[in-house]
Amino acid sequence: MASAPETRQFSTLSTQAIRVNETGSQKKRMKLGKGGPLLLALLPALIVLGIFYFYPMLTVLVAAFTYPEAGLQNFEWFFGQPVNVAVLTRTITTSFWVMLVCLVMAFPFAFFMTIVKPATRNMLMLIVLIPFWTSMVVRTFAWVVLLQDSGPIGQFMKLFGVEQLGIMRTPTAVLIGMAQVLLPFVVLPMYATMSKIDTRLLTAARSLGARPAKAFVSVYLPLALPGVASGALLSFVMALGFYITPAMLGSSRDAFLSTLIQGQVQGLAQWGYGAVIGFVLLFVTLVILGLAAWIGKKTGGSVQDMVGGSKA
Amino acid sequence: MNEIRPLTKFLLGVVATIVAIWLVAPMFIVFPISFSADASFQFPPREWSTVWYESFFTKPAWTQALGNSVLIGLIVAVVGTSLGTIAAIAINRSESRFAGWASTAMLTPMIVPPIIAGAGIYTFFLKTGLVGTIFGFVMVHVALAFPLVVIAVNASLSGYDRSLELAAASLGAGRLKTFFTVTVPLIAPGVAAGAVFAFVTSFDEVIVSQFMVSPSLQTLPIMMYSSVTRTTDPTIAAAASLILGAIILAFVLFQFVVTPLARRSRNRTAA
Repeated sequence: MASAPETRQFSTLSTQAIRVNETGSQKKRMKLGKGGPLLLALLPALIVLGIFYFYPMLTVLVAAFTYPEAGLQNFEWFFGQPVNVAVLTRTITTSFWVMLVCLVMAFPFAFFMTIVKPATRNMLMLIVLIPFWTSMVVRTFAWVVLLQDSGPIGQFMKLFGVEQLGIMRTPTAVLIGMAQVLLPFVVLPMYATMSKIDTRLLTAARSLGARPAKAFVSVYLPLALPGVASGALLSFVMALGFYITPAMLGSSRDAFLSTLIQGQVQGLAQWGYGAVIGFVLLFVTLVILGLAAWIGKKTGGSVQDMVGGSKA
Repeated sequence: MNEIRPLTKFLLGVVATIVAIWLVAPMFIVFPISFSADASFQFPPREWSTVWYESFFTKPAWTQALGNSVLIGLIVAVVGTSLGTIAAIAINRSESRFAGWASTAMLTPMIVPPIIAGAGIYTFFLKTGLVGTIFGFVMVHVALAFPLVVIAVNASLSGYDRSLELAAASLGAGRLKTFFTVTVPLIAPGVAAGAVFAFVTSFDEVIVSQFMVSPSLQTLPIMMYSSVTRTTDPTIAAAASLILGAIILAFVLFQFVVTPLARRSRNRTAA
């Protein structure tokens, strides 16, 4: 904690944003009055949330089974159409790839942040935080400019005889855009965990005869794992719900489940079909969270550690 | 750190630089593009002009969208931060299991794909006549902003010394007086952060908002989104630059005003 106060100030508020509900156990409890009035204070927020978030969401989940009539016909439709199943697999596999790309890029970046001077570290933190704050539409628009054939990358490639860049409106473009949007969500928990690892442990491992690579894999990696897992989970789950980036950078053949829902509900007025896709999307999200919880239990962590990530 | 060999450090530095460029370069390309005279997003621009800024500020559709977004964002910041702060305090102090459930409920919008709630809101708003109303927008955005407000306030609530309140109480301050003269100043930075997060959440929201807009009530991100997907109006470059400029400004304010305040209050409590 004491190692890098300046950087911590840069990072606190934004890491807090992804450090979900970390207090629970270590909360200092003090009663200011009985539970009643305190719980009453929750009411306004819960009413707004209930009416304008949970009620609409529940209508979707219920409609999947009941619209236009009760039964599983919406599910039959969803799994009976190869197109839908293709979109489902694409959503999951693309999200998985996005997660991998994020992990591969975030790990060396976060690790580098822990070994440089505080001034450089602050600079790197700023570089992570600026995109974190920037509007999703603005960032995706920037990728539209960059990746189109006449864009700077395309012109650069022309020097090497590549006439058509041809990335725009492909799955690659979607992958690039999504990974950039989600990278801060992976770097921040990773760095939070790594900055607390005592590197003298590495020296100790080396002095006991471990080669550097061996010391890194068997000492450092396990300690960094909560941050890595947290970043992985967060990016995967958030990627599943992506909408803007696939719509702006991909072709109509690169649609995500989100895009499909919007099309069915608003475009085609097929409320039941939209609802069933929503149900499937939520189901997949919960399965992945559940899987993470299960893995966490097996390895002695918890989902909260994974989502929180930074308590190691 | 002598455990890392120079070559390893150098290679890490190269990778980090590439990642850093990949992270920020896209945004800084937006500024030059917005000053291009071209109607296509040619980079670097062949000729410079401010024609797209003129277009932005003279087309009522864009200025009204900007106005709507700012208005909705400000109301969301005020309403969302008030309700969220009160709720966060209740969650933080209550030992009831219900508070735990409430906390999970308030964090849900962060994990559940927004499109699911959006689809439901579409029919809900059609039925209740809330489509295209400021009220409808504000309420939905407030619900979506709760997670960040609760997290920010909760963090500052668990970060200070509760005995200060006991001290105030033992010196004879009433509960309300203690709250407003001790607690509120201590958690102010967290609340401020929550307000900024709430504003940004609302100002940037596209997925749910597209189900709530009407021809008479558009928001800026929706205009930009449809401008890229349906038309090719380069005015979006000017709009994007304006937003980016505002964000950088907010960021600077945040780092040099809010964060130092947070530091000061932390030092005060630590002392």
